[in-house]
Amino acid sequence: MPPHLGDSHRRFLQSMMSNSVMDEQQARALYQHCCDIHKAQCVPDKLDDFIETINSKLQPMFMQIRKGMSEDNGQQYYALVNMAETDVTRMSSDYADNELELFRKTMDLIVSSENGKVSSTDVLNVADTLTIKKLKKSEAEQVLNRLVQDKWLNEKRGEFSLSIKCIIEMEPYIRRMYEDQLKMCHICHNVAFQCQICDSPTCGIKIHNPCVARYFKGRVEPRCPACDEFWPYEIPGISFYISIYKST
Amino acid sequence: MTQRKRLSNTQGRRSDPLEEDDSDLTFTQPSTSQVQRGLDKFTGSQMDQKAAEVIQYILVKDQKKIPVRRADLVKHVLKDYRYIYPEIMKRVLQTFDQVFGLKLVEIDTKNHLYILINKLEPQEGAAGPPNPKMGLLFVILSLIFMKRGAVKESECFQCLLYICGERHEQFGDVKKLVTDEFVRQRYLECVRIPHTEPVEFEFHWGQRAELEVSKAKILDFMGELHNQDPQTWSQQYKEAHAPPPAAPSTSQPNHSQR
Repeated sequence: MPPHLGDSHRRFLQSMMSNSVMDEQQARALYQHCCDIHKAQCVPDKLDDFIETINSKLQPMFMQIRKGMSEDNGQQYYALVNMAETDVTRMSSDYADNELELFRKTMDLIVSSENGKVSSTDVLNVADTLTIKKLKKSEAEQVLNRLVQDKWLNEKRGEFSLSIKCIIEMEPYIRRMYEDQLKMCHICHNVAFQCQICDSPTCGIKIHNPCVARYFKGRVEPRCPACDEFWPYEIPGISFYISIYKST
Repeated sequence: MTQRKRLSNTQGRRSDPLEEDDSDLTFTQPSTSQVQRGLDKFTGSQMDQKAAEVIQYILVKDQKKIPVRRADLVKHVLKDYRYIYPEIMKRVLQTFDQVFGLKLVEIDTKNHLYILINKLEPQEGAAGPPNPKMGLLFVILSLIFMKRGAVKESECFQCLLYICGERHEQFGDVKKLVTDEFVRQRYLECVRIPHTEPVEFEFHWGQRAELEVSKAKILDFMGELHNQDPQTWSQQYKEAHAPPPAAPSTSQPNHSQR
């Protein structure tokens, strides 16, 4: 028998529709809140089952609540995704064609970069090469600001990376577009942008920064999980990530 | 069988061709045989798929709170399925109701405009960041309601200037937000005041506000603000607690021509 959908599920879904992306704590709080309002049973560690019930009803509409890990802080995030249209064109009601072209070029730069980031200077330079209609530097800067505001890009110290919302919502598109350029994380098997790459030329596996922190946590001498070579990088903010993993 | 009966009813009501405006030309009422051919032509799962596309289309429009025109729906989404429009819409309404807790309501029976209304009770402190624009809208709706249904544009802007200035950190151009966005979303209606020179306008509650916003809540809010019993505004109190007018047709969006 298909699971039954109640008002608690509907309210949860409505909140997912109005919030473009939600971290795990928020989603848990929302789950509790929706169950409280509608006097439904709330089992704290059954959030994913609760979402699965909603997803089973969303499937005919090609929609899905998807989960993904932020490459910045290792936390899980949830977003409602329209699987019928995971393309950049879905943003066309908010952005002009040349602005979308700039976004695509920014994505190109991020995907082909070593560390999943691109400097604002590099993005502003491609603004000159747009084929549709060139953007002035100041205009391009404004577009980038809007992309950050609308949570498609993250910005940190003048460098842009893809936001968690962008990764969750556009993953199918990104996989299709950049098939052979994409890096996959050896630990969680998801697409990786900001990651560390094994030094050994015959190996070269990639691991997300937060996955690195989790995997090497407590190991005295970090070695590559694939080729057993010494892992020569600084293990990113272990204490920071541990605090997150404890809470999940 | 009920399907056919319902359709012939509609046809009767829509016999006057002049009622059909230009923008709705893409949608002509199908004959019974066209409907039957349509129903024979498409399988149940094809119809479900089309219903899913319609839902997607309406949800995208609703994100910006722009009403959906039936003519656009037919032209851009339904296409070959136009003859079985009621059958598709039946599925659409059912899904909105059962999966999303939303209700599709026709707010303009002449131009066939639809909006989505929430069926779930609004909750205080609902999850997610409170939307500051909605706070501003609530203030404007309160102002109009307390002034018995209409406020001059100039008066409204003077009040807003006092509250948030001409440009606001979050709202941007406040005038534009009110006259463009809120009006387009049908929260407000901007009406020309007759016989004024120079031309003057006033704001009324829009159809979406009438359907979504509780007047009783507004009055409670005013009571709290002024530290006054809401019942002391006797006219407003009567209006706020009057039984709701008959809801606009929702069961079959294309059958509401009256």
